[in-house]
Amino acid sequence: MRDMKMRAQFKDGITEVKALINHPMETGRRKNDFDETVPAHFIQLLTATLNGRTVLEAQWGTGVSKNPYLTFYLRDAKVGDIVRITWHDNRGESGHGEVSVTQS
Amino acid sequence: MLMGAGAALLMLPVQALAALWNKAAFEAKTRDEAVQGLAVSSEIPSREIDIVAPDFAENGAVVQVEVRSRIAGTEAIAILADRNPTPLIANFMFSDGTEPVVVTRIKMAETSNLQVIVKAGDRYYSASKMVEVSLSGC
Repeated sequence: MRDMKMRAQFKDGITEVKALINHPMETGRRKNDFDETVPAHFIQLLTATLNGRTVLEAQWGTGVSKNPYLTFYLRDAKVGDIVRITWHDNRGESGHGEVSVTQS
Repeated sequence: MLMGAGAALLMLPVQALAALWNKAAFEAKTRDEAVQGLAVSSEIPSREIDIVAPDFAENGAVVQVEVRSRIAGTEAIAILADRNPTPLIANFMFSDGTEPVVVTRIKMAETSNLQVIVKAGDRYYSASKMVEVSLSGC
């Protein structure tokens, strides 16, 4: 399981969710120091849920930067609600992060 | 758009996950092929889409982009960089309680148009912003 940093802050009726995912996001075009092509390794699917209900889904290509960063905003979240993010990459690996919504 | 796939995702084998991912669109080598892959028939230029990105990006490996749609009924936001080796970067799908806003960081190969396509119902809207890139990020 890879690391993910997450934060969900409620302010003025809206919850800001920020996530920083630890992932190489290799395009499959980069050469390493030995001039060998590094195989593609990137997140393809990402799902965010609020108390288990899907609120955001994303499909990504190789153009998302290394260690992906994401911010999104929820209208119906309350302090104490659980926000969870799950990702799946092209190698079949997956990871997740979970936080509860806090008052900012 | 959302179809409750989130919960189901966890139980699917890798092959099924790969089938969910829009391979044709994400592996397309041109902007037009990528847009076709997203099943976009025609786009209506819109001023209701805000793109916040730098005019000049020193490092194309990390370009922060914020996209906000003010179009009622926005279901999805796709981000493309016209001159990347594979132009389609990301497609975000929102549920009702989620603001049609996303902030993320992308790679850009060279100076090019950053294009956003918004899906609202059966219609597609687009906006773009030129970003100058000095060091390639692809």
